[in-house]
Amino acid sequence: MRFLVFIEQRQGRIRKASLEALALARRLAGGPVAAVLPGKGVTPLAGALGKSGAGVVYVADRDDLELYSNKGYVGALDAAAQKETPDVVVIAATAMGKDVAPRFAARRDVSVLADVMDLRLEGDRLVGSRPVYSGKARAEVDCGTAALQIATTRPNVFPAERDEAAPDARVEKLEVGEIAPRAHVLAVETSESKELDVAEADVIVSGGRGIKGPENWPLIRDLQQALGAALGASRAVVDAGWIDHQHQVGQTGKVVSPTLYVACGISGAIQHLAGMGTSKVIVALNKDPEAPIFKVATYGIVGDIFRTVPEVAKAVRAAKAE
Amino acid sequence: MNSLVAIAYVPDTETRIKVAADGKSLDETDVKWIVSPYDEYALEEALRAREAAGAGVVTVVTVGPERAKTGLRECLARGADEAVWVDSGDSRYLDALATAKAIAAVAREGQYDFFWFGQKGVGADESLVGPMVAELLDLPHVGSVVKLEVAAGKVTAHREIEGAHEVVESSLPVVLTAQKGLNEPRYASLKGIMGAKKKPIAEKKLASLGIPEADPANARTRWRKLELPPPRQACHMIPADDPAAAAKELVRLLREEAKVL
Repeated sequence: MRFLVFIEQRQGRIRKASLEALALARRLAGGPVAAVLPGKGVTPLAGALGKSGAGVVYVADRDDLELYSNKGYVGALDAAAQKETPDVVVIAATAMGKDVAPRFAARRDVSVLADVMDLRLEGDRLVGSRPVYSGKARAEVDCGTAALQIATTRPNVFPAERDEAAPDARVEKLEVGEIAPRAHVLAVETSESKELDVAEADVIVSGGRGIKGPENWPLIRDLQQALGAALGASRAVVDAGWIDHQHQVGQTGKVVSPTLYVACGISGAIQHLAGMGTSKVIVALNKDPEAPIFKVATYGIVGDIFRTVPEVAKAVRAAKAE
Repeated sequence: MNSLVAIAYVPDTETRIKVAADGKSLDETDVKWIVSPYDEYALEEALRAREAAGAGVVTVVTVGPERAKTGLRECLARGADEAVWVDSGDSRYLDALATAKAIAAVAREGQYDFFWFGQKGVGADESLVGPMVAELLDLPHVGSVVKLEVAAGKVTAHREIEGAHEVVESSLPVVLTAQKGLNEPRYASLKGIMGAKKKPIAEKKLASLGIPEADPANARTRWRKLELPPPRQACHMIPADDPAAAAKELVRLLREEAKVL
């Protein structure tokens, strides 16, 4: 079976989510797979993808691919697919991957196993497992009888195994036709001091209505920094305007699966649980022992978060200093 | 400024999900249905563009069983001018490609500047249909839009990506998918609700649009099984009489038992 993996880079850095997708493809294929890498000045990054599972990397290295355009990046994927004729295409379900995958699929008259959290082969057919109804249920999905099978993988779920002994990938230059996209990126505006995004974070510390007001974010920020985590928030505090929507975890925010999720002053409405219920370890800090968050939590402390959160931050720092 | 707004009619986000007897679909008893929340932002933005331009028509479209007409009525009550219902008949669980083909077929029958979608439905949660329609119509698209400026013949859209916004300029017509933060959707007025009853809903049959994927045998993706997530272990409650001791115990458990620190 032939696999092709779409590799995303931003500003010359390969995304971890893409390395996860590449390692997964190698595991399923039982050996090196093909990859495609679009961007500007990306050729030097290609060889090292061999450590993550690439046997060959098709590189589309052009000035007009410096910034993302769906026309240019889907075009590069399409050109690589024409060369490689894959049975399976794997793409990380990042903002870019969610843009590229459906367009490429429609071009090939197929659909996508979107945002899978598990992917395996039954014979030569992909079987995925993916959250549906905002994480309240899981569907096992396949591609019917479609000849080309495409999956996008949820970031942070699959291990990004490396084989340091593996040889560098062979690099092949890809010819891409005229791009001239009708939608093109003018600028990338990094928000609020280049914060780690909850969708990509391994550890998340979230605040809810229990923080009582936006002036109390430093309480949560302190623990967030102690853990080196991303900052999350419940819908209630986003709707109240206490923090920007990009921090929202839950049904109408981001659906996340970190290793550790710490919920501070979050009662655990069904919409919030839908967004973080697949976290590996959940810690709940809340004053109400009946709060639904304790039903999904691994560890819980019932108490005033204005007293417990600073103590936890202190204990984390002490433990890390050991 | 003419807009086509595609909506999904999905289980209310507060609904408890149950699995049907076939083991692979939703048990629909007691499910309350709503217009997907992201589609509300899409509709609102289309209404505002029409109002700002002082001209234009906002058309809403959905592909689904008969109940989806209720969702169209809600959109008409909020201010949409007309609606198209694509009757999916027995094929209630269409895959994204079949849905996209049906919407693209409706789109080709009109003249639109904007094609709006929610950035995801809150049902299958695939976020596929909008970009697929863009590809089928050979149009540019911008996904996950949180801010939009409309100028003569073009738009500037701010789109949410990981930890940043991309500012994207596009020509018209364009396909856009709406993210939370784009606007505050209006409620339907009493006048709107009364008026909606008189507005037309055009009906089309999926079968007559010539979409082979409408036949389950041709589905490009299928649900083989639907399951509820496995229950989590009972919470280990740490006594909190002394917050400092509780915090130390929590950190010890995270390190030694859960091994995540």
